[in-house]
Amino acid sequence: MTPDSRRLLPSATPVSLIDPEGRAVENSPYPAPDDATLLRSLGKLITARRLNDQAYALVRQGRLAVYPSSHGQEACQVAAAQVLDAQDWLFPTYRDTVAAVGKGVDPVEALSLLKGDWHCGYDPYEHRVAPHATPLATQLPHAVGVAHAARLRGEPTVVMAMCGDGGTSEGDFHEALNFAAVFQAPVVFFVQNNEYAISVPLARQTAAPSLAHKGIGYGVPGERVDGNDMAALLAVLGTAVDRARNGEGPQLIEAHTYRMQAHTNADDATRYRDDADVAAWVHRDPITRLRTYLTARGVLTDQAGAAFTAEAEKVATHLRDGLNRDIEPNPEDLFAYVYASPTPQLREQSAVIADELSREGAR
Amino acid sequence: MTTVAHEKLSMAQALNRALRDAMTDDPSVVLFGEDIGALGGVFRITDGLTAAFGESRCFDTPLAESGIVGMAVGMAMNGMRPVVEMQFDAFAYPAFEQIISHVAKMRNRTRGRVGLPMVIRVPYAGGIGGVEHHCDSSEAYYAHTPGLQVVAPATPSDAYTLLRAAIESPDPVVFLEPKKLYWSKEEVEFPSRAAGIGTAVIRREGTDATLIAYGPSVPVALEAAAVAAQEGRSLQVVDLRSIVPFDDATVCAAVRSTGRAVVITESSGFAGVSAEIVARVTERCFTSLAAPVRRVTGMDIPYPPPKLEHFQLPGVDRVLDAVDDLSWEQ
Ligand SMILES: Cc1ncc(C[n+]2csc(CCOP(=O)(O)OP(=O)(O)O)c2C)c(N)n1
Ligand SMILES: [Mg+2]
Repeated sequence: MTPDSRRLLPSATPVSLIDPEGRAVENSPYPAPDDATLLRSLGKLITARRLNDQAYALVRQGRLAVYPSSHGQEACQVAAAQVLDAQDWLFPTYRDTVAAVGKGVDPVEALSLLKGDWHCGYDPYEHRVAPHATPLATQLPHAVGVAHAARLRGEPTVVMAMCGDGGTSEGDFHEALNFAAVFQAPVVFFVQNNEYAISVPLARQTAAPSLAHKGIGYGVPGERVDGNDMAALLAVLGTAVDRARNGEGPQLIEAHTYRMQAHTNADDATRYRDDADVAAWVHRDPITRLRTYLTARGVLTDQAGAAFTAEAEKVATHLRDGLNRDIEPNPEDLFAYVYASPTPQLREQSAVIADELSREGAR
Repeated sequence: MTTVAHEKLSMAQALNRALRDAMTDDPSVVLFGEDIGALGGVFRITDGLTAAFGESRCFDTPLAESGIVGMAVGMAMNGMRPVVEMQFDAFAYPAFEQIISHVAKMRNRTRGRVGLPMVIRVPYAGGIGGVEHHCDSSEAYYAHTPGLQVVAPATPSDAYTLLRAAIESPDPVVFLEPKKLYWSKEEVEFPSRAAGIGTAVIRREGTDATLIAYGPSVPVALEAAAVAAQEGRSLQVVDLRSIVPFDDATVCAAVRSTGRAVVITESSGFAGVSAEIVARVTERCFTSLAAPVRRVTGMDIPYPPPKLEHFQLPGVDRVLDAVDDLSWEQ
């Protein structure tokens, strides 16, 4: 193997900076982020967990149709947004609501899709967050296009393109990595390997040594990172973003994490995995780990901890209030955005509904 | 004062000219696809454009249609006006998910915040002796999908103006280029009269019956009308140009004026655009009709091999037979 192709291979084990007991890992190839950065991350993690659990509760109360929670994957979510600048784009999947919120999207607007008011509730240009992608991996070629357009104009934009382990089996994953590599587009492909695609385990998705190993086939450097280690995620994703910004082209990052809850609340995970498997991941929890680390270093004070909890409560209240507020849907909207201006046929059809409504009103 | 000039151009040349002029006028117009750079495309529609505008404006991609259309979505999201080429009709199918789930839906999904000004050019339909996968009439798939505009020019002049309009459109356009008409020639007027997307045109005036066609079947309709004229029957020909949006007003006014109509498409009839046209005309013009609206379409079979394709293509005789069937005895 040439030295160049070795450069494309991920490390033998996932990069880790803080071990599950909250201790610093010695001799890591990546330097640990500074304490102030990690303290900020802890605050974001606490809010992220609160958001996940609040949204899950709101499903049970009938305020959301469904919620694919990132409970347990919050470090990936927070890191994906934290390493980006305002000029950068984020392409989230349905599971990445917390990452979208991290990039600035209002959580109520981010959940519009699942509340059922409209498909995408936020303006993608405001915070440079693409609409949540539901068809797996189809957002990845879009990310390449956004990055390529920015590069043609000489803008220093980087694009973070997210997908799951199952999504890596889709054709668009392959096409996007190949296009990004050929055009040297500044894209960081960020795969959260949470070991399941609904019920199907990773072994049925791939026979590759790891998902990050797939990069070499495209000429894209791959890296593996402990997806429950906030420090390692910031270091690895941050490095990938810097490289992409410096013109070194796309990178593929695989985070090893675990989906702690069912696929969505509509799923029954007991049909395909044991509770014991889930329990084994409890002690790898990303929040506990970072909290232990920062406490041991004397960085996390009671006061800061209380402030984080208060902030998380504030965001949860905002989410609850927002989702409990009913918006009267306007059926005219169904016709208003199909084209820049409605076709004559859509105007006729809109009038039919308006007429139905006026007759209902008259009744 | 602009001076009017005429140039005799084939449809392929007119399309090339439209791309060149659009690229000159708007630096955000970018072209990409398979073999469209150095080669100029297998039909030479992008001939010379990489040389003229550089590799960043007209370039080859890896062979992957979903990737091509998906990348165009991203570029359109980010300030560009991509015009992508699918090499042949049937080779656009790998991009189907991108077209249906994203190209068509992005504006609606985002309440109008993210429009996708992009054009998907598709050399389409048969009549060129092409082997399997090179002759599909795929318009119904696209026309059935809200959010797409679908156009098919039948003349070099319309090819020019419609492609300029497609590139300028704030919404995505599936631009169907009838392969068998690529080499048909016509005097094209510059600066061109604007043929807007969504407007049909009367290609030939007539009083006895209306032939409704688009793209590759327009010359068939015109030829049939010429033959019928010799036999003393006056047939009007409507060229739709734009399948979506559909010009109900022009089509219905035409049918009402004659009271009889035949719809001609190369694509299979079942659940096709021809069926939609018959339904629309019947719903709107019923009281003006002297006979049921007839169709002359491709059979409901996979596109035949070259030696059998003449059975599939609507020809003048079949059109005239259908016209003969329009209850003239009344
Ligand atoms: C093209 C496509 N096929 C199937 C689905 C249905 N589906 C939704 S999520 C999912 C599993 C995806 O797993 P993974 O990529 O690992 O992401 P995770 O849900 O674990 O975050 C499936 C099969 C879909 N959304 N899109
Ligand atoms: Mg998964």
